[in-house]
Amino acid sequence: MDHLRLYFRYLGVSWRSQLQYRASFILQTLGTLLVSVTEYATVLALFARFHSVGGWTLPEVALFYGAVNVAWALAEGMARGFDDFASLVRSGEFDRILLRPRPTVLQILGREFTLRRVGRFGLGAGVLAWGWLTLDLGADPARLALLLWAIAGAVALFVGLLVIQATIAFWTIESLEVMNVLTYGGVTTAQYPLSIYPGWLRGVFIAAVPLGCAVYFPIVAILGRTDPLGTSSAWQATSPAVCGLFLLLALRFWRFGVARYTSTGS
Amino acid sequence: MRPLRAIFVARFRVLLQYRAAALAGVGTQLFFGLVLTSALGAFYASADFATTGAPPLSLSQAVTYIWLGQATLGILPWRMDAEVRAMIASGGIANELLKPIDLQKLWLARAVALRTAPVLLRAAPLLVVALLFFGLKPPPDATAAAFWLLGLLGAVALSAALTVIINISMLWTLSGDGMSFLVPALATLLSGQLLPLPLFPDWAQTALAWQPFRGLMDTPHRLWLGDLGGSEAWAAIAHQWAWVAVLCAGSRWVLRRGLRRVVVQGG
Repeated sequence: MDHLRLYFRYLGVSWRSQLQYRASFILQTLGTLLVSVTEYATVLALFARFHSVGGWTLPEVALFYGAVNVAWALAEGMARGFDDFASLVRSGEFDRILLRPRPTVLQILGREFTLRRVGRFGLGAGVLAWGWLTLDLGADPARLALLLWAIAGAVALFVGLLVIQATIAFWTIESLEVMNVLTYGGVTTAQYPLSIYPGWLRGVFIAAVPLGCAVYFPIVAILGRTDPLGTSSAWQATSPAVCGLFLLLALRFWRFGVARYTSTGS
Repeated sequence: MRPLRAIFVARFRVLLQYRAAALAGVGTQLFFGLVLTSALGAFYASADFATTGAPPLSLSQAVTYIWLGQATLGILPWRMDAEVRAMIASGGIANELLKPIDLQKLWLARAVALRTAPVLLRAAPLLVVALLFFGLKPPPDATAAAFWLLGLLGAVALSAALTVIINISMLWTLSGDGMSFLVPALATLLSGQLLPLPLFPDWAQTALAWQPFRGLMDTPHRLWLGDLGGSEAWAAIAHQWAWVAVLCAGSRWVLRRGLRRVVVQGG
């Protein structure tokens, strides 16, 4: 409980400091919104030209698109401290974190919750809501719960990826750009249902980085369609748990890294 | 002209040192290229062309277009010149103003290096891999290849002109937050980097053909494809340089006004 209170304290500090530079904050938020709008504009342009993709219509794709963007905006905002972690190792700032009698993960999560991601979050939520209403999915609590469960899974997965990226910095001292392939690449890939992709790409995002377990299978269940990949509805309802497992493994790896941390001494 | 060439060569050499970053970039671009071409392939495969009408590019042309975009990604004016940003923030711009070289030309020379060196490192490996394994088609004839090179020249000039505009906007905002978000976001969409411009709706095509960002990617790609040939090719290249002239004249005027009110920070 004490930890939770401390986290909210951190949050308050982080948000107040970000809002100090009001004009800069507004411009950056508009910037993230504009980037998201341009990305969605290409989806709209493709559907205007080709009408459907692999048997999926635009409102259906809007659910995948919205869910993955909402989740990524939340994860990127929440785990900014991990995303930026290499600089803490380089500057020796991590030594100070180790000295404090609170968990490292809590302190790093508390460093910054980036508010300007509301641009991407807003567009994702808007697209999701539009798809939901157009498909007339209604207010069925089971469906809504499945959606929240899917988004929570995707957030866990993205945070897990950022934790792994940060842990690698214990050894490399710099942030690994290659991880962007899995984070940004995952967002780009999962904007469309995974069934439209060739097998190797599906394999990457189901077996290696199980993003599809959060933003593909449960959404197929929400849409009430039979999965072109032939999975059962029981699996579709439980698959986001795999992402939770992924996060637990990532945190395991983090503890392993912390135990082997030697300060850069600067 | 000589000092400008020296500045370009010096910056170019420095930027060529980032080989590890270039290698990581090649890997990232390969992955994104595969995702984008797979998604596009799925759209083509499931479309019923009897009801939608034939698309203006064949799948093979669209795939080539995407790969060219990934290979020459570094030409896009992604971000401002980080050193210029530091200079304006720290007051180092005073030193720049003391140099007996026109500031706009100095920044242009730096920007040309910034937009060519990284591309040179990344483009060749990406083009070879995409050509061998992932469906990139070579230009249909030598004329198209020559036009492509001409188009790349215009694209670099256009990108440098845009970079200078982002630099200048910092004289007002210091952080550069506004233009440095606006220009890259617009450039990514309107150059055809995310989706080939010909695939956008037909009603948008006239406007897309006029706007400047098209010259960054769409023009060289379509010259490579041979989609623009003969007089159309020359018109597209003239379009690039007309925008370079407009942007340079504009930034010259704005820079004069900006320097009148510039405050040198610190001591």
